[in-house]
Amino acid sequence: MSNLNQLNSVLIKKTLKLDCGKEISNFPLAYETYGNLNENKDNAILIFHALTGDQYASGINPVTNKEGWWNYAVGPGKPFDTDKFFIICANVIGGCMGSYGPGSIDPLTNKPLGTNFPVITINDMVNAQYNLLDHFKIEKLFAVAGGSMGGMQVLQFVSNFPNKAKVALPIACTASHSAQNIAFNELGRQAIMSDSNWKEGLYNEKSTNPDKGLAVARMAAHITYLSKQGLQEKFGRNLQERSDLKFGFDADFQIESYLRYQGSVFVDRFDANSYLYITRAMDYFDLTKQFGGNLSKAFKNTKTKFFIISFTSDWLYPTSENKDIVIALNAIGADVGFVEIKTDKGHDSFLLDVPDFLSTIKNYLNTTYSNINERRI
Amino acid sequence: MKEEFKVISKFIEEKSRVLDVGCGDGILMEFLSKNKVVDIRGLEISKEKVKKCLSKGLAVIEGDAENDLKQFPDLSFDYVILSQTLQAFMNPEKVIENLLRVGKKVIVTIPNFGHWKVRLDLLFKGEMPVTKNLPYQWYDTPNLHMCTILDFYNFCKNRGINIFKTISLNGQTISDIKRSNLKYKNLISELGIFLLEK
Repeated sequence: MSNLNQLNSVLIKKTLKLDCGKEISNFPLAYETYGNLNENKDNAILIFHALTGDQYASGINPVTNKEGWWNYAVGPGKPFDTDKFFIICANVIGGCMGSYGPGSIDPLTNKPLGTNFPVITINDMVNAQYNLLDHFKIEKLFAVAGGSMGGMQVLQFVSNFPNKAKVALPIACTASHSAQNIAFNELGRQAIMSDSNWKEGLYNEKSTNPDKGLAVARMAAHITYLSKQGLQEKFGRNLQERSDLKFGFDADFQIESYLRYQGSVFVDRFDANSYLYITRAMDYFDLTKQFGGNLSKAFKNTKTKFFIISFTSDWLYPTSENKDIVIALNAIGADVGFVEIKTDKGHDSFLLDVPDFLSTIKNYLNTTYSNINERRI
Repeated sequence: MKEEFKVISKFIEEKSRVLDVGCGDGILMEFLSKNKVVDIRGLEISKEKVKKCLSKGLAVIEGDAENDLKQFPDLSFDYVILSQTLQAFMNPEKVIENLLRVGKKVIVTIPNFGHWKVRLDLLFKGEMPVTKNLPYQWYDTPNLHMCTILDFYNFCKNRGINIFKTISLNGQTISDIKRSNLKYKNLISELGIFLLEK
């Protein structure tokens, strides 16, 4: 990786009280922006990334040299049109792309924090990123948007700051992390922690890396991002560069080879401790519980316009869980639109080229932006 | 049908909260947004139509009136509109019940199966009627529960539902339906528009 210190970053001086009780201050928040902030400062969109994303939503990620994670959605002429909107995306705290995380150096010991990093929550992530509004001197965002864990941050953001975004787009997410999702996250964490190279989280000091554990975590998670039908159509029982079964444990099948590849490239760009911390933050997310079992209360008094999207083949954050958010919003008469997009690409649909999804967002944002400007609501 | 929208728009007071059930492409929603200052929401079953509405920035949710009306609290809208959709429900009685729960006032428009052309079709041709407002064949029609203006009038009366106003639409002609002309209007109206309250 190139030097993370060279990335755009803001030092948050204000003290942030974390949900775990600890306080942090003077911590870095790495971010990237796309497009230009207009004179009225009314065209800013804050995008939140998912579990393994980072601030590089568009273009080429300078650290990995790969395309940004939301390249289909963010860029010139794309749904989040950078010719029109000013897009801000930050690396969440707990992440490993320049923001304060378990890889950050503890000034007291001069060593990486590792598991001495405090356990953070979605609420903490959002409160940290709220500082970006001050940084860019933006009074009110046009929109907040994100899929999966990014969607959870959208919900938490609107709940914490009811008057700071005109539009909210939570995509393929939930208001309350399900037992199934906690279970999958736990599987990933156990894979990492049972790798002998994890060394209780102090692998940086010991110059090792729990690559195998992290790769297995990624492989397992990757399956949950796809649909059964999608996997069957793409791979079926196709064999990997061989005409027959080899009666061994090499990757006979294409799907095995594909998963191994996904695991191996992931360890080059992601930190194992960050994976532990961020999955934990997702597991702890329960906006309904934060408001005494009544999700509607999370959005009381909000004037934000919501547009919620789910995908037919997403079994990780199924339509029913997205619809619970719609129901909670309707119960308080909030302005909410909702559609379930038909696709066989599973939970990953929000990151992929799903034309129906992309065109609906593009039109929605454009029309809403001009409606708001015309009527000055 | 522009006339229908005009009548509905006349029923609705400024600055009210409106829910359009079965809002389709959102044409009525747009019409009301332009002509009245209203806070309007839509519910629509077809994904394609919901996408069209959302593309226009309308607050529409994908859902089915027979299952998804229950999420709206009692009397949470000033007006609930059901435009030419009642006949397509499995259980229209339950839908009406829910509309009257959610809305302070309810506007229902029905294609009138009592119109003379419909009656003549069946009488002389002996075939299920196919007309401008009812363009389907018997085997592909989404209309499960057709009724006449008189049927719906009796339906409301029997359930103690208050009928504030009933309007007849016949082509471009808009007229009031009263108790005294009910049978005649049931013969000449293509569409009946009812303003109801529980």
